[in-house]
Amino acid sequence: MPTFVYMTRCDGCGQCVDICPSDIMHIDKTLRRAYNIEPNMCWECYSCVKACPHHAIDVRGYADFAPLGHSVRVHRDEEKGTIAWRIKFRNGKKDMELLAPITTKPWGTGIPQLADESAPAKDMVDSELLFNEPKYVAMNDNALPTLKSNGLTLKEGVYY
Amino acid sequence: MGYKTIIEDDIDVLVVGAGLGGTGAAFEARYWGKSKKIVIAEKANIDRSGAVAQGLYAINCYMGTRFGENNPEDHVRYARMDLMGMVREDLAFDMARHVDSAVHQFEEWGLPIMKDVKTGTYLREGRWQIMIHGESYKPIVAEAAKKSADKVFNRICVTHLLMDDSKDNRIAGAVGFNVRTGNYHVFKSKTVICGAGGASNIFKPRSVGEGAGRVWYAPWSSGSAYGLMIDAGAKMTQMENRIVLARFKDGYGPVGAYFLHLKTYTQNGIGEEYESKWFPALTEMVGKEYLDTENQHLSHKPIPTCLRNHAFINEVNAGRGPIHMITMEAFQDPHLEEIGWHNFLGMTVGQAVLWAATDVDPKYENPELTTSEPYVMGSHATGCGAWCSGPEDVSPDEYFWGYNRMTTVEGLFGAGDAVGGTPHAFSSGSFTEGRLAAKAACKYIDDGKANGITVSDKQIADLKETIYKPMEVYTVGRNEIVAGSVNPNYINPRQGLDRLQKLMDEYCGGFGVNYMTNEKLLQIGLKKMAIFAEDLEKIAAEDIHELLRAWELKHRFLTSESVFQHTLFRKETRWPGYYYRGDAMKLDDKNWHVLTVSHRDRKTGEYTLAKAPLYHLVGEKED
Repeated sequence: MPTFVYMTRCDGCGQCVDICPSDIMHIDKTLRRAYNIEPNMCWECYSCVKACPHHAIDVRGYADFAPLGHSVRVHRDEEKGTIAWRIKFRNGKKDMELLAPITTKPWGTGIPQLADESAPAKDMVDSELLFNEPKYVAMNDNALPTLKSNGLTLKEGVYY
Repeated sequence: MGYKTIIEDDIDVLVVGAGLGGTGAAFEARYWGKSKKIVIAEKANIDRSGAVAQGLYAINCYMGTRFGENNPEDHVRYARMDLMGMVREDLAFDMARHVDSAVHQFEEWGLPIMKDVKTGTYLREGRWQIMIHGESYKPIVAEAAKKSADKVFNRICVTHLLMDDSKDNRIAGAVGFNVRTGNYHVFKSKTVICGAGGASNIFKPRSVGEGAGRVWYAPWSSGSAYGLMIDAGAKMTQMENRIVLARFKDGYGPVGAYFLHLKTYTQNGIGEEYESKWFPALTEMVGKEYLDTENQHLSHKPIPTCLRNHAFINEVNAGRGPIHMITMEAFQDPHLEEIGWHNFLGMTVGQAVLWAATDVDPKYENPELTTSEPYVMGSHATGCGAWCSGPEDVSPDEYFWGYNRMTTVEGLFGAGDAVGGTPHAFSSGSFTEGRLAAKAACKYIDDGKANGITVSDKQIADLKETIYKPMEVYTVGRNEIVAGSVNPNYINPRQGLDRLQKLMDEYCGGFGVNYMTNEKLLQIGLKKMAIFAEDLEKIAAEDIHELLRAWELKHRFLTSESVFQHTLFRKETRWPGYYYRGDAMKLDDKNWHVLTVSHRDRKTGEYTLAKAPLYHLVGEKED
């Protein structure tokens, strides 16, 4: 839950500062290492933990409801396209390793550059279609559903 | 103060806030605006920002129309039932007919979506939900947005929208500051698509101390969607429709996959099914149209989320808590057990941490559930947000003013939490709304609607002074005291947030009063809010980080004020289990089968509220 940084592992590179969605990972000016400046604004989202190249950041459950002595560690690998977790219980009875894919393609390769697509024709501009449609939005990819095509009207009043 | 002013000029489409809505907008804008200048201003880092920063384990809005699974109108009927009728059905239909296009593209981009090996369709968790390995959902959609945008400004806290000085009620861009350098950023733009977030942390949270960060919706969701748009004079709708979530206790881990896929279920503290016994009295409160337990299985209507909360809350109040999730049966299957844990690691790691810390193994122990503090947002089972135009081919006259997803401020569009009346959009629907807004924004520009915008130097200079005022207040007041945080001249952002949360909880129906309020309480609350507004002028920021918190607080305040006004206006209890108007405990279709629409005057701060007609999709056969 709130993150903390191990003194001997952090080299002050600032990757965590750069990624934290809550702006709470900052560099201590004297020690030149990162720390969590505002634990009660930490969502334990693990963004900084995953981004740290030295596994210097860990999480200790919120003091007001989580007892000490547990561990949830993670290693995210963009090249392999996987994320690996290890969960250890306080009482030592459970020690789980879990692996999941994070992408099915080499990073960023499957995303089109829309600037390179041919410009939409005027009838497409004037239609309700979005880029790449009507692909995927209807049976046989034929047409975007409308009220008319689906036999519907909008009526004022109480109808359920 | 020595902060530089950095002006980004000639922008066509400015995306404010790049979560799922904003990334969809930036991505799509490039297709319709080949040579247009598209710029993103994001409070954090676009790779991990917004509500999906942590990842997701499911996409909760996917029709599967091409596989014959659902039609858009099926989604509308479902969202309508869940929200007790209060949905902008034109917007919901429009989102639903496009959403599959977004989801299939996510798969093309590399998002791992689980498949049903027998049918080749996406693996369903429930009728609407599909299962994904979504740890990198946000980085993937961010990549798409970055490819389309000319520039991405990370770490810009947008504080205000800029208004055209030559034409009333027309947008002209936005301003804010860089939370690293402190510099003042001005974005002059023909259109703005507001993709900022809904609001966590405006009602007192159940957790105290450190745990206050473990809110259901992200702590960085500061209600800026509403704060920015209300301040610009945009009309808002359904702001009373806050949401309360039944979730795993303390960690607020999601329950969707547990109910739908793992087939776990709830029991009270003495091992009984408890929901059904509250339903007869509840049917009395809301009417048979909304809860018909005898015929519910025939009509295939879901029991609305709020009504299930109602049963939960009442059972606990009757002394038969806690409510447990019965996991011990499902977790005997090792495959389901693994899914149960993956589900948390994919979107709420903190719940896994909590169970590890408290030795809760759901295989041998049924975990506790709780009902959360309320949240104000517009993409889950609730529909707060701006009053927006729908699409031309669907919307009736009252819902249409020229451009899809445009607010009542010209050139200001919304997506995701920003758009009102569109619950159950979730991640994919928010992305889709961004795409719709982007196409409309490009059309608005091409139609010449953004011609002749002027922004005076005075407006820019005045806003700069306003933005940095909390630092000025600190500098002036700080040396009057020896040390510490107690000062007669100012309060800091944390102290202000504490006051807001207490006020909202006690007067506007938080968990501390069992979600109960009434006219008298709301009026007292509004009086206190007016005085709070004066103190907000004396908020102090010691550094740039505190300045960020100060502006988040101001956005949360504007959101909260709107919630108060809307809750006061709607004199009925429309969503028992979300909140109760103790002075009007029944659902009242005769007077309140309407959407509520508010307008806050930019100059005076005065609110006016009105009822807007509610249209329903009616088919020739079924209805």
